[in-house]
Amino acid sequence: MSKTIDLKLVRHIGKLSRIELTDLEAETFAHQLADILSYFDKLQELDTADVEPMAHAVELTNILAADEPHASLTPEQALANAPQRDGDFFKVPKVIGDSQ
Amino acid sequence: MSNITDLSALELRDAIAGGEVSAVEATRAYLATIERTDPQVRAFNEVLAENALAQAQAVDAARTAGEKLGPLAGVPLAVKDNLATPYGKTTCSSKILAEFRAPYAATVVEKLHAAGAVILGKTNLDEFAMGSSTENSGFEATRNPWDLSRVPGGSSGGSAAAVAARQCAAALGSDTGGSIRQPAGFCGVVGFKPTYGRVSRYGLVAYGSSLDQIGPLTRDVPDAAMLTAAIAGHDPKDSTSLPADVPDYLSEVEHPIENLRVGLPREFYSDALDAEINAAIHAAAETYRNAGADIVEVSLPHSRIDRDEQGKLSSYAVACYYIVAMAEASSNLARYDGVHYGHRTDEAVDDIIQLYSRSRAEGFGPEVKRRIMLGTYTLSAGYYDAYYNKALKVRRLIKNDFDAAFQRCDVVLCPTAPTPAFAIGEKTGDPLTMYLADIYTISVNLAGLPALSLPAGLARDGLPVGMQLIGPALGESTILRAARMYETASGTTRLKPPMLSE
Amino acid sequence: MTDRNDTVTPVIGLEIHVELATETKMFCRCRNHFGDPPNTNVCPVCIGMPGVLPVMNAKAVDYSIRFALAIGCEIPFFTKWDRKSYYYPDLPKNYQISQYDLPLSRQGKLEVPLSDGTTKTIRVLRAHLEEDAGKNVHDNPAHTGVDLNRAGVPLLEIVSEPDMNSVEEVMGYARTMHRLVRWLGVSEANMQMGHMRFEPNINLHVTRDGTTYKTPIIEVKNLNSFKALENSVAWEIDRQYDEWRSDPEGFTLAKLGKQNRGYDDATGRTVLQREKEEAHEYRYFPEPDLVPVTPDAARVEEIRASLGELPLARRQRYVDEYALSLIDADNLTQDPATGELLDEAVRLGGDAKRCVNLLLGRGAALANERTCTIGEIGVTPPQLAELAKMLSDGEINATAAAAVFDEMVAGGGSPRQIAESRGLLAVTDSGQIETWVDEAIAGNAQAVADARSEGKKQKKAFGFLMGQVMQKSRGAAQPAEVQRLLQQKLRS
Repeated sequence: MSKTIDLKLVRHIGKLSRIELTDLEAETFAHQLADILSYFDKLQELDTADVEPMAHAVELTNILAADEPHASLTPEQALANAPQRDGDFFKVPKVIGDSQ
Repeated sequence: MSNITDLSALELRDAIAGGEVSAVEATRAYLATIERTDPQVRAFNEVLAENALAQAQAVDAARTAGEKLGPLAGVPLAVKDNLATPYGKTTCSSKILAEFRAPYAATVVEKLHAAGAVILGKTNLDEFAMGSSTENSGFEATRNPWDLSRVPGGSSGGSAAAVAARQCAAALGSDTGGSIRQPAGFCGVVGFKPTYGRVSRYGLVAYGSSLDQIGPLTRDVPDAAMLTAAIAGHDPKDSTSLPADVPDYLSEVEHPIENLRVGLPREFYSDALDAEINAAIHAAAETYRNAGADIVEVSLPHSRIDRDEQGKLSSYAVACYYIVAMAEASSNLARYDGVHYGHRTDEAVDDIIQLYSRSRAEGFGPEVKRRIMLGTYTLSAGYYDAYYNKALKVRRLIKNDFDAAFQRCDVVLCPTAPTPAFAIGEKTGDPLTMYLADIYTISVNLAGLPALSLPAGLARDGLPVGMQLIGPALGESTILRAARMYETASGTTRLKPPMLSE
Repeated sequence: MTDRNDTVTPVIGLEIHVELATETKMFCRCRNHFGDPPNTNVCPVCIGMPGVLPVMNAKAVDYSIRFALAIGCEIPFFTKWDRKSYYYPDLPKNYQISQYDLPLSRQGKLEVPLSDGTTKTIRVLRAHLEEDAGKNVHDNPAHTGVDLNRAGVPLLEIVSEPDMNSVEEVMGYARTMHRLVRWLGVSEANMQMGHMRFEPNINLHVTRDGTTYKTPIIEVKNLNSFKALENSVAWEIDRQYDEWRSDPEGFTLAKLGKQNRGYDDATGRTVLQREKEEAHEYRYFPEPDLVPVTPDAARVEEIRASLGELPLARRQRYVDEYALSLIDADNLTQDPATGELLDEAVRLGGDAKRCVNLLLGRGAALANERTCTIGEIGVTPPQLAELAKMLSDGEINATAAAAVFDEMVAGGGSPRQIAESRGLLAVTDSGQIETWVDEAIAGNAQAVADARSEGKKQKKAFGFLMGQVMQKSRGAAQPAEVQRLLQQKLRS
């Protein structure tokens, strides 16, 4: 049972992923993603009704650190890899407000 | 004495400590090999010659001054280029990080420094560790030293090739779905992935966070024991790091296991398996039997490998793995956006969204894009339960299978890969075909278990065949000892590719 | 102004983000400190560099549990972390580590005092921990600058049920929360520093001719002052009603769902925000780099035991035990130290009412000058108790007591010593007072005449003369005695 992914969906996923796609890429990906997703559907054959999901491969809990400061980077170090900077700020095109 | 570069890491360590060889000599010898052979092998993204010689000089000075030397003092190593080093670049073989210089070191790198090791350089990988052949590198494809027209495996192809071509005494790689073991198998070297959490992931550029582990690639099993001991241990910077003490693997490795029970998973030996590899694994089982081990059949039903109607290999575990890995990857790679570091598009953009989208389009290769998009899709509203959550449940089933199997055996023996090294370009046409190269290695990462690949001999065309030993959680010692048993009994160790004899 | 046949009920929920007063950030040990130069409190972890990993701040967890217990929440035995994905330059990983389905606490409630003296119970759905984003700086018109000092600061997100039905209730809830988090010491809640941010969710239930209509739910994003909260809620209520009236069938929750709006400080109105793309596509999934937290029952009890008396309980006690008015009791329970000072002074023998008057009189004035709480101005319980006793015993009058209070706070020392050295002990000697009264009468003929009259000027003139006497005594004369003698003299 093969899945189809239409171009609209591919472009939507591209947008969510923040990756600009050329027309060729969109078409190629549409086929490839459909194939891979069909493959993923194989898991539906398994009955997992009473199975607990396993998000971690370790069974640790309560890993907490003391509230004591460490040495921070200098702005120079922090910004050394910045593609664009404005003084000691990272520089980006205009946005509105803060996200939080 | 024989060529310095023919010594194992352990032998070289002892030679340096004993004053027979200087660290600088050893480093020069390896740098010379790299210079001579890497134009063909292309294992290294960056050779850090000056830095390495300085590190070597420091070891020699310490030795002369009578100071105590670390357990890896003067041993020249290579490090996969997705491990942060505070010198040189950390590129993950991606254009998006082509110029990134980390202002911090991965914990394993700090441990290597503390042990006195010399870091020769950063090795090539599939971009962001996504791949099984190193052909997905954003720079170039590394060649298999056994046959330069073939892949070295992936994603730690650079590290595996460097060890095989004797460009370094040993190397570090990372393994998310087989990325240490499979290239080790293809390149005829030993590759070890410890238990998840045994080695700190701090400074390993994340791909599949709940699957990633760092481990050594070496010429023989004692070297693997030595390297693992040097990098393992609890790290407060990694919340998933296990608190357990690190045993002295090196001193334990030469002790064979009495009454070793070796499990063969019945689901792995269908006609899906290449006949030669099948034969090699069964020969290995014989070797174990002759060494006094019991061979038992075990069952890993959810890791079952079938062929579908089109003759393609099929496995729940592969589907499960890729869903989990891609979901985590889509999130882990969201940070590469051209704002705080990494590649930013030079083109004019209208707004921040275009900045992100164009920078990422330019910086990522096609496989990385595919995985990000698939991961994003499977996590998005309406699909989470059908894909991601479903995969997490199947993951538990896979782990439960192993738990049950380890009631009946001490180690599981199985192939590392379904075929020997394939030709460059052979599997790049169809992503799924490449994914299925991982069919024997991925269950291990899903379950978080330790596993080691070592050479089981050569197949047709003189290509190495790898065999895999899987152990229970924190069973590193068991695996290393069992692997050493095979190594000593079979004499299959420190394989040398023909190109080195020319 | 509602149409005659409409009953409009605002239905409002409030999300509050509180920055916790920890030394370091939530997932790394950079300093949690406001106002430092840009990008000086950052490290590879909070910049989200390749390969880094988060490690939880134990104190942030403790503070969250403390808060949760104070509002009667249930602390689950298992809580986990999730990634919330969205792209913004102040969120370096382009996901926020937060909590989705299994938060640190659930189902609490907050009693909100209202102006009519009653309280309303507002249910709190949950409170969970997450990390704050950095700040985008918009000084330059051509581009935006990003400062990550704030990225990673621990944030407690408190989500109420939509139990509020008026601006008063919303403001009451907000202020009560503000007081509570400061009281508990879990946050400084300094509004100027952005420690507390509000996001109200507002819609209306309008009943007209027996049918109830619900307007779309509007969430107003990111308000960082009480004024902004008040204005935006008030504006929204009016705006939604207007919009609904012009389209009762179309402007509904069923048709339009939930929308976001921003707030314009300059106009005090909410405004349409450019649609935050895929705002609902957060793609939550369990954070693989962090393991769950299973709060230890013993530790939770330890924290519960350390909570002490909470503001509303203390307020009620003051009304009951000290017979204070609600307003006075309220003013004394804005912070824990003030009440502690009062209670200890009372325990040492000071009269409650007199202590309260001193605290809410000069105490409040000094606190205002120094921008601190009354409890922090530096007066000790023994000092307060002694001064109150001197007042009760008539050894000092109110004016003198105020002067003594100021000096006590400024330079320390016992009230008795201060009063003695400054000659502020009440003069009770009738003879001395009589002399001053005579002098005042002699020097103010007009006032005397007015005070003896029966007209409107009488009271004022008498007060004036009293003031003259007090002045002559440099405030030390005992007012009761002055009044008696002055009345006597004026009658004669």
